[in-house]
Order: sequence, then C-alpha cells, then structure tokens
Amino acid sequence: MTDKNAAPMSRRSLFQLIGAFAGSAVMYEAMTELGHAGESGYTGPIELKGDPKGASVLILGAGMAGMTAAYELRKAGYRVQILEYNDRPGGRNWSLYGGDTYTELGGFTQHVQFAEGLYLNPGPWRIPHHHYALIDCCKRLNIALEPFVQVNYAAYGHSSKAFGGKPQRFRAVQADFDGYVAELLAKATNQGGLDQAVSHEDKEVLLEALRDWGALDAGYEYKKGLLASERRGYESDPGGGLTADPIASQPMALRELLQSRLWSAIGIGHTFEFQNMIFQPVGGMGMIGKAFGRTLGDVIRYNAKVTDIQQNDQGVTVAYEDTKQPGPLQHAQAQWCICTIPASILGQIPLAVGAPLKNAIDALSYESAIKVGLQFKRRFWEQDDAIYGGMSYTDLPNGMIGYPSSRYFDTGPGVLLGAYNFGTDAFQLTALSPEERVRKVVEYGTQIHPQYPAEFQHGVAVAWHRVPWMLGCYGHWTEELRAQHYRNLCAIDGRIVLAGEHVSRLGGWQEGAILSSLDAIRRLHARVLAS
Amino acid sequence: MKLQIPAALLLVGSLLLGAGRAEPVRAQEIPAGHFTLQSGEDLYKGICQGCHMPDAKGAVGAGSYPALAQDARLMVAIYPITVVIRGQRAMPSFGDSLDDGQIANVVNYIRTHFGNHYTGAVSPATVKANRPALHQTAEPPR
Repeated sequence: MTDKNAAPMSRRSLFQLIGAFAGSAVMYEAMTELGHAGESGYTGPIELKGDPKGASVLILGAGMAGMTAAYELRKAGYRVQILEYNDRPGGRNWSLYGGDTYTELGGFTQHVQFAEGLYLNPGPWRIPHHHYALIDCCKRLNIALEPFVQVNYAAYGHSSKAFGGKPQRFRAVQADFDGYVAELLAKATNQGGLDQAVSHEDKEVLLEALRDWGALDAGYEYKKGLLASERRGYESDPGGGLTADPIASQPMALRELLQSRLWSAIGIGHTFEFQNMIFQPVGGMGMIGKAFGRTLGDVIRYNAKVTDIQQNDQGVTVAYEDTKQPGPLQHAQAQWCICTIPASILGQIPLAVGAPLKNAIDALSYESAIKVGLQFKRRFWEQDDAIYGGMSYTDLPNGMIGYPSSRYFDTGPGVLLGAYNFGTDAFQLTALSPEERVRKVVEYGTQIHPQYPAEFQHGVAVAWHRVPWMLGCYGHWTEELRAQHYRNLCAIDGRIVLAGEHVSRLGGWQEGAILSSLDAIRRLHARVLAS
Repeated sequence: MKLQIPAALLLVGSLLLGAGRAEPVRAQEIPAGHFTLQSGEDLYKGICQGCHMPDAKGAVGAGSYPALAQDARLMVAIYPITVVIRGQRAMPSFGDSLDDGQIANVVNYIRTHFGNHYTGAVSPATVKANRPALHQTAEPPR
C-alpha cells in the first residue's frame, strides 16, 4: 500500500534499486529505455560482463562499426561472423594507392597511378584528438599517427569574384577581418554606443582587449604598419644586417573583404572537430581498416551481397549472394544480428523489422560528396608558396585544396586533395565521368595555383553516390528527422540492432560509427543476458 | 556559385556563401544550395545521371539506382514530380535546390527521352501545386 505522504521515488533511486536487484546490465537497459543512459562519450575499452554462453551474432558490414562489434563481442565470448560486400575490410575507412583499380557504378574504372607512398583518402581523412574511441582503436592496432594540419596561415582564401580572382593568404584575411571588426567595436565603445551593454570598468578592459586582439594602434585603428604586418604578413620580411628593414603590407579594403566572403574560413578553424590537434594515420586512413580486418581474420566473409534479412523468435537468417561466383543464394544464421549496412542500401533490402525502424531507415537519404586526388611532379605548394599542410578555400566547385600533412620537403612528386565538396557542386561533379571530373578540378585549381598545368600528372576522383557499396557519402540528418526517427533507428528490434555513423550524433565521423557500435553491443549484451 | 539557405535548416559554425565552402561538421549543417542549370537536358546530364546513369538505365551495386529508361512509373507525371521534390528513401530531395521551372523541365525531359514517350508536358504551375503545403519553395537564383 502506497504512502501518499512519501516523496515520489527519484529516477536515480529507481535505477539503483533495479541495479542492486537485477544487476548492472538490466539497470543499464532500464536506463536506456527511459532515455537516461546519457553517455555517448567514450570512457575506455568496453567491458561486457557476464557469460553469453556462446551466443551467436551475425554482423553485416566490415566497416569500423561492424568490426568494432565483432572484435568486442568475440572477446566477450560470442560466436561472431561478418558478411561484407567488398573484397576488403574497412568500408569508408579507405585509401587509394598507386596500382589500385577502382570501378564506380556505371562501370567507370580508374587505375590509380600515384607514386610509391602517395595516396588519396576518399573518405575520412582526419582524427580529432577528442575522438577517443578511434584513437584507442588505433593504439590497440598499433597504427602510427601523425599530425594533420587543418589551419595554415600561409594557405589561401580564393574568391573568383573578388580581388580580381587573386588568392589572398589566410593570415591576411584573418588579421584584416579581426582588425577591422576590433576597430569598429572600439569606435562604438568610445562613442558610447555600448554603454547599455558594457559597464564602465568592463569598457576599459574591452578596449584593451580589442587593441590586443585586433592589432590596433594607439588610436584604436587598424591600418598599414608594422603592428598589422605582425599579423597579416609583410610587404618585405624583416631580415638581418643592412638590407633587413621590414616593409609593412597594405591591409585589404574592408568592403572588398566583407563582400568576398573570404572571412568564412575563419570560423571553420575554430570548430570543435577542427581544432588542433588532429591526427591522421601514417600512410593513409585505410591502414586502420586493413589492420582491423587482419585481426578478425576469417570472421569476415568477403564478397557477400546481402539480399534479405529475416528474424523470428529463434534468431536471424540473412540471405546473400557471392558477388565473385554467381550461384544459388546462400544463407547465414545467428541468434542475433548487428546491421551496419548504410541506410541508403538497407532501405532496399527486405528487412523483417517493425514500422518505426523501417520508417527511420527509409527517411534517411545520403549526402553527396566528392574527393579528387591530384599528383604533381613536385610539391610546388611548398617550394613556391611555402604552404606545408593545411587547406585553401575557394568559391569554385572544387571547394578547397588540401595540402598533404606528411612527407614535407620531398623533392619528388606529391599528391594533394584537389577537390572536396558537398551539395550542388558535388552532385554536378558526380554526374561527370571520372576523367572529366579530374580535368575540371585541375582547371579550377589553376586559378589558385598557376603551377597546375605544368606540374599535373595524374588524378583520381571519388564521387560518393557512384560508390557501389555506399550509394552516397553519409546519412543526411536534419533536426526534424532526428526528432522523428533517431531513437527508432537506434532501438533493438527483436534480434536486430543497427549501428554505424548514421546511428550516431557524429554523422559522417568514424567516431560516430565506433560509439554507435559500442552502444549497440552494450544494449544487445544486456538483452542476451536477460533472455 | 549562388547559394540559398532555407530557413528550415539549422547552421552551426561558419556560413559558407561564396568563397570558402565550410566543411560540414554535422551533416545537417550543409545548406541546400541551388542549381543554376535550366534546360531538362542540362539538368539530367548535370545532376540526375550521376545516379541514374547517362543512359538512364540505372546501376546495381550493394544497392541499386532504378532505371528511368522505359519506365512505366513515369506515365503519371505526379509521381516523378513528387519524387524529385521530396526524395524517396536513399534519393535526396531536390525541392529546395530546384525551382518549379527546373523541376518541370527535367521531368518533361525524362518523360520524353530514354525510350519514354509520355505526353502531357508538365508546367511550373503544376510543380508548384504539388509542393507539400508546409514546404518552403526555393527561390530562383538571381
């Protein structure tokens, strides 16, 4: 009999009660059901306690999510098998090297002609320092990591419609934008314009801060001089001896800087995922997938195209075709299934799940993206432009040029990222043949680096909607779609649970794939123990 | 490259109109942008064939893109109009990145090429009438 005068039990107390009574796994699942299992962050290698008694799990997809699931479940005592469409592990964790052949949908084949040691990462290319699960994975697989340069003050901002199409150094763009904004704000402050917003004491400090941040002179102005040059660069750099006098450079006109929109590069470098440090695997992002696949050995069944996913109260049955040896449909069975197949493809496969999950899968389209790697005879961006790593941005359809964060000062050829873009530009580049894409991207890049035509050697273009095993780059979520479908996409349906970057809040990141997989197997394990 | 940002999309971090397209941190941060191609042929060759292929016969990999060649589903124009505007499963929506005239042009092109001989050309007004009530129409580029 309830005591009406007692305080209602808090959720925390309820969870503790369940935990004490039924064990932590059940408590965790209860928390999940009530939407309170907060942690999507990584807290260290997963520990799946309790004996699954050799329960079997079929995993669909040998990308980062699928391999994470297989590795951890096997360690916990499960029998696991992965079905993978490709003839290699890694999925979007992938690098293209000289000697590789890549055929996209439509039969367009590219023979990659990069020199030894050079590569293109067509998918992910960065590992932020706070992507803890992925970094832990790299440590455990003994993957050597090196710094990835995101922001380079010597790189360019380019507008085809401003400054006569002449690229501007990022250091000048940022210094001038910050300087002018600081000057404007100082002016407003000094004229009393901010007296409602800022107290008298704060006003003094604010003015000091603006002068410091914006490289303003004693009159709170940003103008040509050595002070501004210390930020934006010099007309003539300081030297030694008698011919050493620095000559100040001329800041851009404020109006032209604003209209050019080159300032849009500033915020990018401040973004959480793009803050130093960022890492990349030495020798290509694909090193991770390859090493992971080796660890799993014949757990992975390659060249398997899944055509049907069924389940009942006993287990899951998946039909698949051998893509190398056409023949009768084969079947794989297990008690449970972790499906990491991208929603772009999964929506076409007969799948025995309820409407909420099916609707969530069907709601997700995939983002268009394009990456083009270009090999040049020499690293002219270093030798001529003093740009070592980092990226230049442009309003042309290639979007950006990414300079390699490795093998600096090599005297031989180098590969840079000649295009990386999304949206309308990506769609239009996707519609071209690979050769046309490369040709156009070289044309665009020439407007930033006139050295292109003389130094260009080979290119390879990966358009993600033409990638046969993806049909798109990554899941296209909106706030509305997440509100409507995300939790349904995550939920275990009978014996099946989904994982992958699309089942995460870090869409398009490998960290999202790994964390979603860990979360899925944690919940699945709780269910297995309870059953 | 001219970009239109629909109000419905949230942007975090830097905007990317013009120079320096910002790399998206989250997928929902990419604004739709707007295509400037106009004729049905240019639109098909500039966008659609990326998936549906230059011969409109689609393609098969781990999943497939449907053929638009000799496609009975195109008989009723409302169907392709709706699919182009809203998308359908893996196919993205183009309602924000194509205006009524462009959608009419490309639907008319597909319905009269690749072995399709459907009559009853679609007008921009028809496209406009078939946009979902709450959906914002993309403005034509200036």
